[in-house]
Amino acid sequence: MPNKSVPLYKELTKGILKENPTLVGLLGMCPTLAVTQEASNALGMGLATTFVLIGSNIVISALRNVIPKSVKLPAYIVIIAGFVTLIEFLLHGFLPDLYSALGTFLSLITVNCIILGRAEMFACKNGIVRSALDGVGMGLGFTLALLLVGSVREILGAGTWFGIQLNGSYSLSILTMAPGGFLILGCIIALVNRITKREGKDLNGCAGCPAAKSCPNAKGA
Amino acid sequence: MTVFAIILSAILTDNFVLSKFMGCCPFLGVSQNIGSSIGMGTAVTFVMLCSTAITYPISVLLLIPRDLQYLQTMAFILIIALFVQIVEMALKKLVPPLYKALGVYLPLITTNCAVLGVTILNVDQFANSVSFAVGYGKALLYAGCAGLGFTLALILFAGVRSRVAEADLPKMVQGIPSTLVAASIVSLSFLAFSGMS
Repeated sequence: MPNKSVPLYKELTKGILKENPTLVGLLGMCPTLAVTQEASNALGMGLATTFVLIGSNIVISALRNVIPKSVKLPAYIVIIAGFVTLIEFLLHGFLPDLYSALGTFLSLITVNCIILGRAEMFACKNGIVRSALDGVGMGLGFTLALLLVGSVREILGAGTWFGIQLNGSYSLSILTMAPGGFLILGCIIALVNRITKREGKDLNGCAGCPAAKSCPNAKGA
Repeated sequence: MTVFAIILSAILTDNFVLSKFMGCCPFLGVSQNIGSSIGMGTAVTFVMLCSTAITYPISVLLLIPRDLQYLQTMAFILIIALFVQIVEMALKKLVPPLYKALGVYLPLITTNCAVLGVTILNVDQFANSVSFAVGYGKALLYAGCAGLGFTLALILFAGVRSRVAEADLPKMVQGIPSTLVAASIVSLSFLAFSGMS
């Protein structure tokens, strides 16, 4: 539903804190867990996803009256995959270190549910400017969340931040490994719940997912 | 990689969910009970196997010889989306009982990163095997075992979750936070397998 009464700047700011896609919307868990061993990788992944999100939001919003409803999802996926291929090229060319650090997860931006979710919930119903701002805001929100998780994991797990030595005497290297990712993200979301006074009982990551309608979990099965 | 190493790494040491973080959404979402875990796991394994069967030859025989690897992401996701749709229709028509069991999980699989992940990893790992047949065989084996590992993680976690659900927790950790911390502990137990590799 196009909501013209919402001021433009709010489309930008809502994604950063109030509707943060990762910490409040609980979407895009895989990259949040997988590439946050180091703050720099987390930042790179966040910015790459932001780029794809802005691009796909603009194109999908521009084509929203052209794409037939029946092939909506495949069309969105192709547009998103196109932007992912573009960012793969750019990173491979200009930032080869980041390219190899992110590895498969760069291609997997295609199936990041934040991007498809914004396409389905926002870009296909709103104008180009609003969709672009929404993409910027949601992308920055995602980047901030990744950066937060990545910073905590790197500082506690390796004693460094963006590769700068902070504390050499002790470190909990388990936090840079797989279990640490789950643990730190769980703690951060618990804190967010505490701050926003949200009760987690009936919340799950699927609520904002485009496939929620057909999902047995979203119905509480 | 030897056949044994592939099986071991795909199921245990490099478990898709617990050490590669692929497919976390269904892992956190569809693991409330063992029944739905088995359903989701079977559907994912099935789609992983079949989409590898199609994407691996397309990549190795078509894209790589023509220097078109940059089309890989786009080609793969389209094939998976198309394929999931076809499987859904075919199961509905031909094997209704199986459709009833797996049907609800199929639409979710298109956006499951474990499926796209396994097809890409297969090309990365096995594309320069001695012959196409060897690489193809290994890719299929890896896909099947990755699916098994995914199912195993889901089933194990469903058991853990049913206990967590009964615990009396503070409000702020109910739901996703407690699930993530439980996942962390399950993942810790899988970390022990990495000593084997």
